[in-house]
Amino acid sequence: MTYLHNIGAYFLMIKDMFRKPTKWSVMKTLIFKDIDDLIMGSLGIVAFISFFVGGVVTIQTALNIDNPLIPKYLVGFATRQSIILEFAPTFISIIMAGKVGSFITSSIGTMRVTEQIDALEVMGINAINYLVFPKFIALMLYPFVISIAMFLGIVGGMAACFFGGYSSIDDYIIGIQTDFIPFHIAYAFIKTFAFAFLLATIPSFHGFYMKGGALEVGKASTTSFVWTSVVIILLNYILTQMLLS
Amino acid sequence: MIEVKDLQKSFGDAHILKGITTTFENGKTSLVIGQSGSGKTVFLKCLLGLFTQDEGTITYDGNIYSQLNSDQKRDLRSKMGMVFQGSALFDSMTIAENVMFPLRMFTKQSKSEMQDRVDFVLKRVNLPDAHNKMPSEASGGMQKRVAIARAIVNNPKYLFCDEPNSGLDPKTAIVIDNLIQEITDEYNITTIINTHDMNSVMEIGEKIVFLKDGLKAWEGSKDNIFITDNKVVTDFVYSSELFKKVRKMYLEERNT
Repeated sequence: MTYLHNIGAYFLMIKDMFRKPTKWSVMKTLIFKDIDDLIMGSLGIVAFISFFVGGVVTIQTALNIDNPLIPKYLVGFATRQSIILEFAPTFISIIMAGKVGSFITSSIGTMRVTEQIDALEVMGINAINYLVFPKFIALMLYPFVISIAMFLGIVGGMAACFFGGYSSIDDYIIGIQTDFIPFHIAYAFIKTFAFAFLLATIPSFHGFYMKGGALEVGKASTTSFVWTSVVIILLNYILTQMLLS
Repeated sequence: MIEVKDLQKSFGDAHILKGITTTFENGKTSLVIGQSGSGKTVFLKCLLGLFTQDEGTITYDGNIYSQLNSDQKRDLRSKMGMVFQGSALFDSMTIAENVMFPLRMFTKQSKSEMQDRVDFVLKRVNLPDAHNKMPSEASGGMQKRVAIARAIVNNPKYLFCDEPNSGLDPKTAIVIDNLIQEITDEYNITTIINTHDMNSVMEIGEKIVFLKDGLKAWEGSKDNIFITDNKVVTDFVYSSELFKKVRKMYLEERNT
């Protein structure tokens, strides 16, 4: 019953997110602040992880191709497919559920604990619109982060090829151009937009409706990470089945 | 005038408010007192619309709150100011931004007009140089004064204070009490203060409502509380030796 109640409350929160909009002059500031906190603030860690995981994917692929009949350019091909189809949109989203999600839950949860949300509501402000909507809009720039993750993942693979001597740069570049299907990019970005919505709303839900004190803020952050990850993984499966099968 | 009729509120099996009926006069300071757990905060949050009552009505100047549509509720709430127990200042904003917040949200004033109003209000609460401080850099007393400034910046008709002097030293607590009383008189605000601080009872307020176990156990004026024989009230208000002596002196003076 609790799960059903929470699912219902989550969808009601989404409905409330679009009701009684906050004054644009104030909302504009909140959106820019959230773009800075959630998008710009994540670029460093995303760039670092993407570059090195791209390298690791390349090394592992190269080391598993020991048949001399298999062309070397396949390393680049496999790296591109892994990064564009799965690593950048899904793996990075799980990392973002930890980084951005826990930030959202703890910041909104702290506002709940310290009665700042009550203060907003007493003033007649739609607290859900004020707090969640700017995060939702900011995370609509999330595909920009994923584009960088895709690019740096492939560059990381190229660097690993070059420094590890697994294949030549030319072979790698031929590999990443081989059998390119533009719809795979569309598929990755459709997933990214869906995950961005989840990243903005699930942690906000856990922060907004939390009860208790400082300890519960920590627990809510953990719960929000778990649920965001679970829903991302499930939605990833459903979208993949719908779009690629 | 705020009229409360048969206000009831439960959370699960816990029946917190069991039918409270009272009125709060316009332009007056009223105190809601009672032990911790007596239902004071729930009562105040029901008045503010933060909790929806299970039974009963709350009427603001003839308008029953539960019958207002969402726009009317929003209008009414923009006429309310609230000082929370923990101040509830927005910790990502400076003190000036906190005070300016209601003006940014609800008025079409220019930035310089808003700035002038913030300067005026911060001066009124004796914080003329605190504009650029963050709430975390302010003391408890300063935070309470900023919360009062934020509550009155938009000229509210109703001011609600939940334990405004909790956690403050006695001297600062009296400063905050007097500030609320002065502001109430100056701007003709209807003020309701939740407190269990007996110093506040002695210092400020015209009307006192005493809650016990979710019921109104007594109500009367500040003078009446000295002469009441209601055992529930006297047990609570005069629990300390100091206040027993104050009462004794008051009664002796009154009889001579």
